Amino acid sequence: MSENIRFIQGNEACVEGAIYAGIDFFAGYPITPSTEIAEHLARRLPETGGKFIQMEDEIASMCAIIGASLTGKKVMTATSGPGFSLKQEAIGYACMTEIPCVIANVQRGGPSTGNPTHVSQGDINQARWGTHGDHSIIALTASNHQDVFNMTVDAFNMAETYRTPVVLLFDEVVGHMREKLVIPEEGEVEIVSRLRTSLGKGVDYHPYLPREDGRLPMSDFGGEHKYNVTGLFHDMWGFPSNNPKTVNELLRHLVDKIENNVRSITRYKEHFLEDAEYIMVSYGSSARSAIHLAKNRRAKGEKIGVLELQSIWPFPTEMVREKCANAKAVLVVEMNMGQVTAQVKAAVRKPNRVFLANRIDGKLITPADIKRLLRVIQGRGV
Amino acid sequence: MNRVRLVFSGSGGQGVITAAIILAEAAVMYDGKNATQSQSYGAAARGGGTRSDIIISDQEINFPEVRQPNVLVCLTQDAYNTYSSIVRPGGLLLTDTKFVKTTKKVDARQVELPLFEEVMAKIGKPVVFNICVLGALVGITEVIRPKSVMSAVADRVPRDFLELNNEALDLGFTLGAESQ
Repeated sequence: MSENIRFIQGNEACVEGAIYAGIDFFAGYPITPSTEIAEHLARRLPETGGKFIQMEDEIASMCAIIGASLTGKKVMTATSGPGFSLKQEAIGYACMTEIPCVIANVQRGGPSTGNPTHVSQGDINQARWGTHGDHSIIALTASNHQDVFNMTVDAFNMAETYRTPVVLLFDEVVGHMREKLVIPEEGEVEIVSRLRTSLGKGVDYHPYLPREDGRLPMSDFGGEHKYNVTGLFHDMWGFPSNNPKTVNELLRHLVDKIENNVRSITRYKEHFLEDAEYIMVSYGSSARSAIHLAKNRRAKGEKIGVLELQSIWPFPTEMVREKCANAKAVLVVEMNMGQVTAQVKAAVRKPNRVFLANRIDGKLITPADIKRLLRVIQGRGV
Repeated sequence: MNRVRLVFSGSGGQGVITAAIILAEAAVMYDGKNATQSQSYGAAARGGGTRSDIIISDQEINFPEVRQPNVLVCLTQDAYNTYSSIVRPGGLLLTDTKFVKTTKKVDARQVELPLFEEVMAKIGKPVVFNICVLGALVGITEVIRPKSVMSAVADRVPRDFLELNNEALDLGFTLGAESQ
């Protein structure tokens, strides 16, 4: 048996990605369908010298990872719908204070406690706008276990690069299903380490003074430098400020550091796109059904392809516009009421040729579900 | 076989899901194939009906659910009543004589074996019934190499119980092979 091959659940693939990326600390509270992430990290983290804490609730879990990250640790928590709602205030705090952290949200049906053991992709917009106020955020997703692993590593890397919370938007089907994962050798995938200040003890350290490249070197809190951290608008020392210039500059910085890097953050896969007349835009487990359908229709000579999104936020508007430029119609396949569809409509030149193929009953959308709508769009009857 | 779709069905506690995981794991870890295994979650997993879908293929597997299984295993009457009609024409329907009384003819090869009774008579431990079913399946079909299943069982079962499980696997394999 090869050491590097596993046959595991998607949630375990996320755990292996986190371990590979160098996670030091996890705090969480069990919630279906994400629980296996906590369960396996409880076993894996002590093996790598890391720490695992089951906290008293979702809010405390989010706050614990923020605190741990500030002291220099790579951190993650895992949750699902209702827990993701509870974490939102603290996610906003991490945005404002620019503390790297990864939040895995294995989506279930909502709102409220909703449909815990069944699949949904209803938290797309919550990932973007769940916390209040202007801000930007990174959210990644995946449709198979290899990509769950890769996106988890990317999430840790992006959290460090941009000093921001990164949301992993998985779903119940991918989280619970078992399939093959090949774990790359050490060094095969790049790992971004914490950017620490080179300033020594006793030298003035400005925690919120960006370098020329926009990045802010950190100093492990409780270590060599004393500084302030607050959720209020703050100056370069981290002290609260309502100076209009300071407020203006900080808010623009929080948004620009992500929105100006959309191209670097964008992750996607093309399946049979080269000459596709009909393009399905999809992500997560629904992309599996879209790809299945595309393969079947291709075998029958139809020019159909799939644009699989792996980064949802910041939305890769330009990329989607370019890829869909020659399509007769675009079919967005997702398991919600059209959350990504709205983004695709805003991105393409002919929004009236963008259609939603969805399913919201807790069942994985099937290739047959998509095919029914596709036939109507193609003018081939019902 | 290029692509095999299987459905294991029964009730919570019979080890249906464990058997499904071991089979798919064997395909990936020891036969170098791709496989997906998914299952019903929720209250149904405890005492109610359980179902697990497995796809084994040389190629990439996208849609992980099974509509028409090439191989359908039913270990309770409820599972049989619910699922027997979905078996793919020309496929295989495997049932246990103690738990399932077959009532209708399906367009598939029906194999009814006294697996549970044989486990109780020869081994005396109901807990290895699921492994015996797996053995029977491997004895009847060529879904996967018997040696691969043995290795996967060894990976998953605590060492003290390995011999017991191997006995059950052998027993099932013999009963399955003899039925052909």
